[in-house]
Amino acid sequence: MTALLHWLPLLGVLVVVIGFALRFNPVPVVVVAGIVSGLAAGKSIGEILALIGNSFVSERALLLFVLTLPAIGVLERAGLREHVSNWIATLRGLTLPRLLMVYLAIRQILAMLGLYDVAGHAQTVRPLLAPMAEGAAEKRGAPLNTQERNDVRAFSAATDNIGRFFGEDVFIALGAVLLIQGFYSQHGIELEPLQIALWALPTAIAAFVIHAIRTVLFARRIRTNAQTGTITSSRPGNGRDSVPGTDKTNAPDSRLHGNDGA
Amino acid sequence: MRRIPAFTGMTGREVRRIMLKIEQAYWLIALFLAGAAWLNLRERRWSHAGFWLVLAALMAGGKYVLDATAAHQHLPAQLAGVGVIALAALSPRMKRGHLVERDAAAREADANRLGHRLFGPAVLIPLVTLLVALFGAYVVIGSVHLFDPVRMTLTGLALACVIALIAALWVTRAKPAAGLAEGRRLLDTLGWAALLPLTLAALGGVFAATGVGAAISDLVRMMIPVDSAFACVIAYGLGMVLFTVIMGNAFAAFPVLTAGVGLPLLIHLHGANPAILGSLGMLTGYCGTLFTPMAANFNIVPVALLELPNQNDVIRAQWKTGAALLVVNLGLMYFLVFRF
Repeated sequence: MTALLHWLPLLGVLVVVIGFALRFNPVPVVVVAGIVSGLAAGKSIGEILALIGNSFVSERALLLFVLTLPAIGVLERAGLREHVSNWIATLRGLTLPRLLMVYLAIRQILAMLGLYDVAGHAQTVRPLLAPMAEGAAEKRGAPLNTQERNDVRAFSAATDNIGRFFGEDVFIALGAVLLIQGFYSQHGIELEPLQIALWALPTAIAAFVIHAIRTVLFARRIRTNAQTGTITSSRPGNGRDSVPGTDKTNAPDSRLHGNDGA
Repeated sequence: MRRIPAFTGMTGREVRRIMLKIEQAYWLIALFLAGAAWLNLRERRWSHAGFWLVLAALMAGGKYVLDATAAHQHLPAQLAGVGVIALAALSPRMKRGHLVERDAAAREADANRLGHRLFGPAVLIPLVTLLVALFGAYVVIGSVHLFDPVRMTLTGLALACVIALIAALWVTRAKPAAGLAEGRRLLDTLGWAALLPLTLAALGGVFAATGVGAAISDLVRMMIPVDSAFACVIAYGLGMVLFTVIMGNAFAAFPVLTAGVGLPLLIHLHGANPAILGSLGMLTGYCGTLFTPMAANFNIVPVALLELPNQNDVIRAQWKTGAALLVVNLGLMYFLVFRF
């Protein structure tokens, strides 16, 4: 009986896995999983409700990003995304891989200084990085199709995540390092924060190198998509050098071909 | 601006007066959500209105709930739990319909007219946050500290958003009501995805309190040959990834796996260096964060914000980086922890 009680709360994990696999709406899945876990551990309904309520309101900071929405909405209404994209197109040297690598480096360094809430998906990716990346990608001479546009946006969001995660652990004053130090100190092992933080550096560097390589490969794929697209619809070898206007007229059907091939 | 006295320091005699606290940011969120609920109510979008209203109440009442729990009164927390369940029930009805935006030609015309001036308010958000994070502690007016040292960066972010909104209205000559209307447009675009990070954090609390962590680390220990140092490193690393994928958070995985596997097997039995093990163990967990929809604020919220069609689009873009980095981390762990 006690052995069974020890394993029963894992039912909550099972609910999450099945719910996500069946693509149910995640919010009810997660709440049901919490209730199942609580009941399996022998807690009363009142205890479970209080546990869910307390855990929920303790994490209110996770909703702070919605405060960026009014300002960003007003700017988007006045064409911020269009302007960012147009402006990037005029900067000749700023290619897609360079843009993403510079952002990755800045994001990592800021996170290493503990400034990981300075940038983020709401603060910087939607209003600035994603339109910049779209503008930079369109320097190949053909506009992005819907699939490619989504890929560029998703890759921008991924770059933000990777920069944040693998810079944060080098910062000594709060977050991960203090959690590690606190855990060990509870178990009788005293460590200096700096000792822990320094060993995060090799991974931080590896993260930059690996993602930078993937950025270059991703940008190359986006560029060659356009070239093969042009080859199927018009004269060969004209992809990058042709006048943007002529490419735009060719683009719609060539993009469809490109999609069928992939 | 209200002045709220707060007690800090060990003696309790030193009274620090602070103007801006994170609590005010939560009230601001509640106000914004209530405004969005009101706009939805006028359009008879009942589910959306109810959803944002309940969330607004939880935002505004959060401190009261926590204070009551600290005083051993459980009713407010239970009511908050009922609120969370109501949100879960409303979530499937929050269809992520694209709300009408101003037409593209008008936006393009504005963009050409305003040009780089549009950047100002957008850049103000990270810039003001950065300034508060760096110098906020030194801003003292008389004996009043402008910023609460608790969660100062996030308080700075909230202040930055207010300043940026004022600047955006000024630059675009839009009416103040546009701030609410446009903010609400983006909020409804996000829909339930905005809520998921909090719900998952609540689940993490329940999992921790019901012993899910202990059960998982027992499972890991049952499956590995403990006298092989290599097997222990792999089990610890992959256990961190697995547990992070399930919880959506490496911070929740770390104490469980390190207490269950890292400390008894790697540090005590095989003599691993705790500093290196802790640091690389946490980073291995971060690789797991890149794989999981449970890390909603990093992997699902951007899908909604960037209006991507598939819930896993961001994970699809980043999992290869995560997988390569996982191999690097496991290698580093095996070669470093027994050597230093």
